[in-house]
Amino acid sequence: MTSPEIIRPKAKQRPGDRVFSASALISGSLILAILAAVAGFLMLQGIPGMFADPESVSIYTEGENFVEFVVPLIFGTLWAAALALVMALPLAIGIALFISHYAPRRLAQGLGYIIDLLAAVPSVVFGLWGANVLAGAIQPSFVWLEENLGWIPLFAGPVSGTGRTMLTAAIVLAVMILPIITAISREVFLQTPPLYEEAALALGATRWEMIRTVVLPFGRPGVIAGAMLGLGRALGETMAVAMVLSGSGVIVFDLIGSVNPLTIAANVALRFPEAYGINVNVLIATGLILFAITLVVNSIARYIVNRRKDFSGAN
Amino acid sequence: MNITRAGSFAAIIAAGALVLSACASGETTDNGSEGETSALSGTLVGAGASSQQSAQEAWVVGFQEANPETTVEYDPIGSGGGRETFIGGGSQFAGSDRAFNDEEIAADNFASCVPGTGIIEIPAYISPIAVIFNLEGIDSLNMDAATIAGIFAGEITNWSDPAIAATNEGVELPDLPITAVHRADDSGTTANFTDYLAVNAPDVWTVGQIETWPTEYGGEAAPQTSGVVDAVTNGTGTIGYADASRAGDLGTVAVAVGGDFVPFSPEAAAAIVDASPRVEGRGPGDLAINLDRASEEVGVYPIVLVSYLIACNEYTEGAPVDLVKAYLSYVISEEGQALAAEAAGSAPISADLRSEAQGFIDAIQ
Amino acid sequence: MVSTVSPPQAAVNPLTAGRLPAAAPWGILAGSLLASTAVFALLQVGSGEEDFNIVGAVFFGVVGYVLLVYIVSRLIEGSRRAKDRFVTALVGLAFVVAMLPLISLVFTVVAQGSGRIDLDFFTLSLRNVLGEGGGAAHAIIGTLLMTGVATLISVPIGLLTSIYLVEYGRGRLAQAITFLVDVMTGIPSIVAGLFAFALFELILGPGTRVGLSGAAALTVLMLPVVVRSSEDILRLVPNELREASYALGVPKWLTILKVVIPTAIAGIATGVMLSIARVIGETAPLLIAAGFSNNFNFDLTEGRMQSLPVYVYYSYISQGTDFQPYIDRAWAGALTLIAIVMILNLAARLVARIFAPKLGR
Repeated sequence: MTSPEIIRPKAKQRPGDRVFSASALISGSLILAILAAVAGFLMLQGIPGMFADPESVSIYTEGENFVEFVVPLIFGTLWAAALALVMALPLAIGIALFISHYAPRRLAQGLGYIIDLLAAVPSVVFGLWGANVLAGAIQPSFVWLEENLGWIPLFAGPVSGTGRTMLTAAIVLAVMILPIITAISREVFLQTPPLYEEAALALGATRWEMIRTVVLPFGRPGVIAGAMLGLGRALGETMAVAMVLSGSGVIVFDLIGSVNPLTIAANVALRFPEAYGINVNVLIATGLILFAITLVVNSIARYIVNRRKDFSGAN
Repeated sequence: MNITRAGSFAAIIAAGALVLSACASGETTDNGSEGETSALSGTLVGAGASSQQSAQEAWVVGFQEANPETTVEYDPIGSGGGRETFIGGGSQFAGSDRAFNDEEIAADNFASCVPGTGIIEIPAYISPIAVIFNLEGIDSLNMDAATIAGIFAGEITNWSDPAIAATNEGVELPDLPITAVHRADDSGTTANFTDYLAVNAPDVWTVGQIETWPTEYGGEAAPQTSGVVDAVTNGTGTIGYADASRAGDLGTVAVAVGGDFVPFSPEAAAAIVDASPRVEGRGPGDLAINLDRASEEVGVYPIVLVSYLIACNEYTEGAPVDLVKAYLSYVISEEGQALAAEAAGSAPISADLRSEAQGFIDAIQ
Repeated sequence: MVSTVSPPQAAVNPLTAGRLPAAAPWGILAGSLLASTAVFALLQVGSGEEDFNIVGAVFFGVVGYVLLVYIVSRLIEGSRRAKDRFVTALVGLAFVVAMLPLISLVFTVVAQGSGRIDLDFFTLSLRNVLGEGGGAAHAIIGTLLMTGVATLISVPIGLLTSIYLVEYGRGRLAQAITFLVDVMTGIPSIVAGLFAFALFELILGPGTRVGLSGAAALTVLMLPVVVRSSEDILRLVPNELREASYALGVPKWLTILKVVIPTAIAGIATGVMLSIARVIGETAPLLIAAGFSNNFNFDLTEGRMQSLPVYVYYSYISQGTDFQPYIDRAWAGALTLIAIVMILNLAARLVARIFAPKLGR
């Protein structure tokens, strides 16, 4: 953020300045308006679903109420997104560093382009690929995991016969959010002032020491922002999860079995076409909760970024 | 900077649209010149069950070829969405895997219909649901309802189980765990399948007719018919249920009916519809059927999906009534039903049902 | 980059005495892979299994390489260089691992999709098509129109908002916008579709499904991505540049337009591309908001509009008895969708290259 001391002493407000700042302000306010409309819509439609008489809701199983309906879905959403992020984040940082600081410059541009391509693949295609190619290919390694690491609850089994498990879904999600995190990390890594980098190298640092002491601290807010964008996508991803994951409303930590927790977004996508009456409101209410989850996650990220603001370039 | 970018995007899109529109207009004239004379024109919008989508596609093509000035849009948003859209007046007809229930009809809030005149529901799409499995070298197995229910409820977990062997003498069943695949989405297919299990094996299948799979029964979930078919095909020792038109090369189960084992076939599926009574207390034109899953009649295949076409008896002003009548008439005509049977594997409706429904369609205002 | 990193010649400097020759890491990699292959081959012979476990061989070969290169370098070059080589190996490995799913995916899509890439596919709709034939031109047009409109709305608003946040915004309003943009990234795509559908029901009557409604849904999804990515990039523009511009007497708005944005244009273009890629493949909201159609429709305000993702999804999930043409169309549609984004991506890069100032890198 530009600090006030620099701007305050300006002599006069030019018309161009006024027009420009006004239009920027209007745009920002427009976003507020759109968001207020969406939130209003969600509340209006969702809250009746939350407090509906469980007897009248046909998508609840016997004796279930809204809380019992939604808690496993919340768990599934967070679980899948967290697994995806754990897999994608180190890889994404690695790739971003590879492109920005390791690969020869000519090669780097091409490589960056190829990674961006992954972001362009629509989620339906990820779904088709995940369900029909990846699941089958990865299933034998699940058998291996159960045999050799079965004592870890995550790999307890029994192994799914088709490979359409939480681990597969998390891998698909990881592949989907990888380019988002990579692209943003790469851009911030490239923005590292060359003077700092050269200073570090001049002091005798190896390339890794230079990256650790200069590039990573400088790029950390950007990496976190990218990770949060990725996490946001993983939390809200609908079609790919719906097509790949064999899920239902349960809380299970086993990653390789047939019975897996479902995510909120996938649940809405699967249930919505057949939903009618108050069921629609219940589904929108789960959407409202997903909205709230993302809000919390993003607030945390914003807090981290702000605490680290002193590293950003525009100080 | 920004404006330049925006402009270039617009230019790309505009150029693309121009090129494609040239082609598009060429296409429409082609269709126009070959058609016979037909007074009908305009656009008819329907929405509803995705199970009907393939059949609707066939009907739309057949109808539009006969009436080149017309366009019929069928939006496969799902039965629930289709009914809601129809109630809201967003479509002139709906496709649904279940008929409207008594409360919904009593509410009588159909926006397109004149209040108090009721609706028409025609069971125009009848399709057998096949129980499909993937076992090397086995094309067909015989099972009774209790065995099928046991498998899908997670009680029978191995193919060499004596319950399966009992009805399949001479078939060498492998010692392989069973992966039972069910629909992950709520669907009419699941509702019809579990209704069959609930009626015929109430001791094993204790949760009744459901759209949402109960968690305690476990098994693998896959979205839509295509998802189930792919999961069964790609796995081994898998079993699932899906629209029979998609059974393909997979093994299928012949179901016990009245002491005999009946494999699925369109004729056997149509037979149960004729053998079943109507839902009572409905208005004229409402041909909702109460499927008799426990039927013991010879040659009846009881696992059947019946999907309805729903329209108004009397439309409010401005609705394309002639189009609705012409389209529905085409759908139930012998030609239309034969086309759907070929394209979607459905069972043609009987002549009796056709003539009865035709009467109500002719009376639409 | 490489030239700045490579250290001075070792001959005279005792500090860098022990150095591995440049080819050493490659040698270690080859050796490790060979050894691993040999071990797996022996295991295969020993256990009598039929298939050679190529995945396992490569996996343990690469892990062996990472460890070996660290140990060798530590012995000869010391711990600091060893760590450097270790990280280099890891970073390279991360890249290779990320390429695997990409290659598999692209291979699948191209192999399955190229069969239907013909003239018909790009010129015909699915009107009066049963079984084989037909095309996706109506879906391509729908996707371009709806995404185009969403981009036209989102990019100016999003960019101006991020400028407001970085250059003007202070105090409560800026904080609120920042926070709410974060919240907006969390709108599930299907909810955006429901919202747009409800909005246009209010405007145009119940049950309305039009292209504009789809564009509105995409805008809701796209806006926050544009704002966040361009905000992060704008913040990285060094303040020295702004100060230099002010010192020359350039007004603030011109500074933003002529200094800040050009400096950040490559990043902004990447962000816009990412946001387009994010929404162009959305299925659920478009199905709810814009509906499904087999006919051409150029009018965003009237009638249902087909889009490529919906086309792909429905070609996959509702196949007729003769299912092969449907599957072929689904994959061809997916391939087309990827190709469209590739072309847009190239265009954005071109824009970035033309307008970006020539920096040191």
